Amino acid sequence: MTRVIEYRDALNEAMSEEMRRDQRVMLLGEEVAEYDGAYKVSRGMLEEFGAQRIIDTPISESGFSGMAIGATMVGLRPIVEFMSWSFSLVAADPILNNAPKMLYMSGGQFGCPIVFRGNDGAGGQLGSTHSWCVEGLYSNVPGMKMVIPAFPADAKGLMKTAIRDDDPVFFLESERLLSFKDEVPEEEYLIPFGQALVRRPGTDCTIVSFGRPVHFCLEAAEELAKEGISCEVIDGRTIRPLDIDTIVESVRKTNYLVVVDQSWSFGSPGSEIAAQVHQHCFDDLDNAVARVHSADVPTPYAVELEQAYLPNAHRICEAVRAVTYTA
Amino acid sequence: MPITKALETQIDHISILDEHGNFDEELGAGLIPDEDLVKLYEHMMICRQLDEVAFKLQRSGRMGTYPQNMGQEATSLGAAYMLDPADWMVTCYRENCGLFWRGLPMEKILQHWMGDERGNQIERSLYCTPIAVPIGTQMLHATGLAWGAKYRGEKQIACTFFGDGATSEGDFHEAVNFAANLDIPVIFFCQNNQWAISVPSSIQCSAPTVAQRGVAYGVDCLQCDGNDLYAVAWCMKKAIESAREHHRPMFIEAVTYRLGDHTTADDARRYRDEEEVELWKSRDPLNRMRTRLMGLKLWDEAREAELKERAERTVAAAVERAETIEAPELSDIFNWTFAEVPEQIALQRDTMRTSSIGQDPSQIASEQTTSA
Ligand SMILES: Cc1ncc(C[n+]2csc(CCOP(=O)(O)OP(=O)(O)O)c2C)c(N)n1
Ligand SMILES: [Mg+2]
Repeated sequence: MTRVIEYRDALNEAMSEEMRRDQRVMLLGEEVAEYDGAYKVSRGMLEEFGAQRIIDTPISESGFSGMAIGATMVGLRPIVEFMSWSFSLVAADPILNNAPKMLYMSGGQFGCPIVFRGNDGAGGQLGSTHSWCVEGLYSNVPGMKMVIPAFPADAKGLMKTAIRDDDPVFFLESERLLSFKDEVPEEEYLIPFGQALVRRPGTDCTIVSFGRPVHFCLEAAEELAKEGISCEVIDGRTIRPLDIDTIVESVRKTNYLVVVDQSWSFGSPGSEIAAQVHQHCFDDLDNAVARVHSADVPTPYAVELEQAYLPNAHRICEAVRAVTYTA
Repeated sequence: MPITKALETQIDHISILDEHGNFDEELGAGLIPDEDLVKLYEHMMICRQLDEVAFKLQRSGRMGTYPQNMGQEATSLGAAYMLDPADWMVTCYRENCGLFWRGLPMEKILQHWMGDERGNQIERSLYCTPIAVPIGTQMLHATGLAWGAKYRGEKQIACTFFGDGATSEGDFHEAVNFAANLDIPVIFFCQNNQWAISVPSSIQCSAPTVAQRGVAYGVDCLQCDGNDLYAVAWCMKKAIESAREHHRPMFIEAVTYRLGDHTTADDARRYRDEEEVELWKSRDPLNRMRTRLMGLKLWDEAREAELKERAERTVAAAVERAETIEAPELSDIFNWTFAEVPEQIALQRDTMRTSSIGQDPSQIASEQTTSA
């Protein structure tokens, strides 16, 4: 049985269910309690779980991220909300330099089972400092897992897995998707990390993406189908671990790959996938892997400029036609 | 051994013109010449009018999210009024009134919040930095600006503005500590408007004053009634002297109140009492200045009516100018990433495509621009 709910409510359900199940889980961040979260993701949670577990913090990203690390050392499992992942940059030391290394440095004693979560990505006209797609920058760091769901059902199932995971998890939500509604199962379920999903089967070209741009890929595939190009769209769902097998399997079938990644191209998940696919599928590819990224400049503020800067269906279609020699 | 006091300290609170119209002749003497008073009042009124219009523009879809300044006009205005035009004003986003005093054209503010970053590109001669959105970051920039100016042997100082919430960020503590230890001529101007979105200032700071945070770092601190233009000016005078003459930073906590929502994306009625808002309405900086002007016989009902009408016209004209600015070129995004546009970016600009670096651009139709 399923019902249709918003992406934000899927996240809320996952956190609430896990908090009912496990007293060690708590949520902290700016505006998460009294205000129900700046984007209403934690609606009603203060009422249910109380101020001990749903905690409004000062505007101190570095402070509450670092404190969460300490709390894990005595057995707690905090969920840390960044109002936007853009603000996590203020907390770079705790989230990149401490949390993912603590297990290593303590010889396996102090893992950091923290879920760091919040809005990631541009497209909301928030200007260059407020529009980070941190998957490019952060996925480089070993010791953390990175989840980036495109659909409400994945948001829920992956969030529950993230909360139960014993490593730090960077959970990248999209403000643009919070009100997006889709079917979510009634009964309890978890989605394991490292399992990509074929969202649309096809035979002529593989398109792989993660997070919000998956929707642009589906749009592009629809458009290209009208031209007789059958695209297989893969939703990666987690960037670390990366399910390269599903991608490779698809490329062996279609012989072409377009990677769509909203972060900048240099040293990104997109470049990583391209490199791995070239390695695994060198003899299967009939053209070099194409990548569609954001332009290699700071995120523009004006709406038309921002749209031109981001990957979009038009640009994905162009890339598919080009790699498949149908341009 | 007897226990001795390692430190005893106190924070002075400055109030000169209160909400009942009482005026401290001693502290207020010679602070603001009468001929400037009218102009200052007019600035506040016009700024208030902008807030009202901006709110409506946002609600009717003609503008993006906008942070109202309502209730806090006297803070940034008093500071800007006392600073030299060549002193740096390093602001966040609630300092319109001071920026207008400095000479920022109103359409720039409108253009910015209408979603065009050219509105944030402030003419260098105004000595203002772009509006800072990541909370707190600008305080270190201000400290660096003042440090640089001192190094160059200039008389210029910097004044940085931030909210009560911003004093929870590490940047604040690092900036004040640097300024104190290195004798940097910077003024830290905190607009304590009691709230950071829905979070009351008690969650940011549980000490009785925000000002005392500066004491810990060894800077002189003052607290003032931020809705009292005279008190702000009085504190600024002290701070400017300290910075310019002695290279000593100062911390000013201006106690004020955000009468409006955090931004147009917020609804403050959800988290604060109407009585609290009403109380602060009675302390409105505009009303008390009007009362003062009337007492000085510098103002009357007729002039008030004329000003109201002029404020409406001024703001309407600025809106019209902002709305008729030509849209930016799509290729503008490639202009300012580097001092000189590198080849790879020029390639992207010329083909308006954003796929893989190092790929042959001829793979993709070069004339195509992207759909918006
Ligand atoms: C680093 C960072 N964290 C969080 C935010 C989100 N945010 C924007 S305004 C704001 C509240 C700021 O409060 P305060 O400093 O008191 O200024 P006020 O808005 O009251 O003038 C917050 C948390 C941000 N912009 N930057
Ligand atoms: Mg505030």
